[in-house]
Amino acid sequence: MESLSNRAKKLEKKPMTLAERAYLPAIFQGLSITMQHFFRAATKKQVTIRYPEETRPFSPVFRGLHVLKRDEQGRERCTACGLCAVACPAEAITMVAGERKKGEQNLYREEKYAVSYEINMLRCIFCGLCEEACPKAAIYLQADKMAPPRYERDEFIYGKDRLVEPVSPDARSKRGIQLTPEQAEKLRSQLQSA
Amino acid sequence: MSLESLGWQGLVILVVFGISLLIATYCTYAERVIAAFLQDRVGPDRAGPFGLAQPLADAVKLFTKEEFFPSGANKALFIFGPCLAMITALMSSAVIPFGSFLKFGTTVVHLQGIEINVGMLYVFGIVSLGVYGIMIGGWASNNKFSLLGAIRAASQNISYELAMGLALIAVLMMSGSLSLRDITLQQSVPGEWHFWNIVKQPLGFIIFLVCAFAETNRTPFDLPECETELVAGYHTEYSSMKMGLYLFAEYVNVFVASAVMSVIYFGGFNFPFQYELREWLHTSRGLSLDASQNIIAILGVVTVFAKIFAFIFFFMWVRWTLPRFRYDQLMRLGWTILIPLAIFNILLTGGLITTGIIPEIKQWW
Repeated sequence: MESLSNRAKKLEKKPMTLAERAYLPAIFQGLSITMQHFFRAATKKQVTIRYPEETRPFSPVFRGLHVLKRDEQGRERCTACGLCAVACPAEAITMVAGERKKGEQNLYREEKYAVSYEINMLRCIFCGLCEEACPKAAIYLQADKMAPPRYERDEFIYGKDRLVEPVSPDARSKRGIQLTPEQAEKLRSQLQSA
Repeated sequence: MSLESLGWQGLVILVVFGISLLIATYCTYAERVIAAFLQDRVGPDRAGPFGLAQPLADAVKLFTKEEFFPSGANKALFIFGPCLAMITALMSSAVIPFGSFLKFGTTVVHLQGIEINVGMLYVFGIVSLGVYGIMIGGWASNNKFSLLGAIRAASQNISYELAMGLALIAVLMMSGSLSLRDITLQQSVPGEWHFWNIVKQPLGFIIFLVCAFAETNRTPFDLPECETELVAGYHTEYSSMKMGLYLFAEYVNVFVASAVMSVIYFGGFNFPFQYELREWLHTSRGLSLDASQNIIAILGVVTVFAKIFAFIFFFMWVRWTLPRFRYDQLMRLGWTILIPLAIFNILLTGGLITTGIIPEIKQWW
């Protein structure tokens, strides 16, 4: 059969020459190659990334740890409609809805809000369908954070305490990307005027 | 021998024992770091500074693992196997001369566990006994794969011991002595230009080196315990510290093989210009004869350990460079190449001694 790439090389099994049968030249060649790598690793270039001190750069479209967003006035956006839980193929999301009481308008944006909201990070496959399903732009998968390893299974069930975005604008991120100081300042002035 | 020097000798034996264990411990660390560097990696660096506490962590891990006995195993022999491997590995370092001698007043301390006039034979005997540890361990496991692994190991060790012994016979023909101390001292004569045995026996050294790799079950001849494809080998059924003893014995064996090679072929504790240095310390620096002797003895200890470490590094370097031999290749290399070569080397050495090209050894001490 004609080879497709025309790069096939016909090999013949020749008897080994004396130098090949003596092994030693090939051994010294191999030893010199590994020694070069030894000095390279000892002096500068090691391919190892010492996680967690060093991390690999994330792709901007990376889907990492979830965050429940607040709006511009620091109110929780989630209205506990349950669409994310329906969309979730891994059934990782559970929530309990509650009605907003009087005087809580500065806490929750909609009249209905999530009293509890839990994501099981062991079930989650980080597909991002919850993000797509959300009509209130409340849940996002951050591009710069991963669910860290834990010792106990129940520590992987993230509640609102770990999911909701912090109130301080400095700690906020936009789709998981940390705000620059200018952006944070702008957001802070917006909050104060509101 | 006076009681005092007997006490000193006991101390030396203890130190040699401790050093063998310590070096074997840190060989496990060195192996991993060297392997990592040869593969452009970092290696263990978490436990302690530069990962230096890693061997301790490994030991704790091995001690706390489940002690497993396979059903139908001969329990006594199952425990005895790794013990024997460890004992034989440690015993052979007793006759290695790690230094000439220290002199305090009238007390002379030889830096050697014990000086016997059949040192080389002793090392060989003990190394041969090491096969029993492997064989008993493999047989007592009541597992056919363990048994096959043990038989593989035993036949390899026995085959390569032959070539090793024949390579050493050439050295013995030159030295005329089986004592490792004599062989070391012969490689350096005061006031004379003198070479180490490697210059007189390059072929013998290569044969010995290859056989040392096979005897210590190191790559490229690590068929007895290849982790990846031949079901581990004789220690398949072993777990926890019994397994640890087998692995540990391998490193002690590497240390002993390195020590034997540096003593027999690389001049042991001799280093260039040692007698001139002693003379200079005595005459120009005004030190007493004993003090200058002690200084070069200590430098000699440093020298012999530098040589040993270089060999240990070489063992590891080779391990992370070469792939494993196939079993038939291993047997062919041992029986059809190394043994004829070793016999040829004996003839060659005999010829060179008769024609006087290799000068006769002087018993100068």
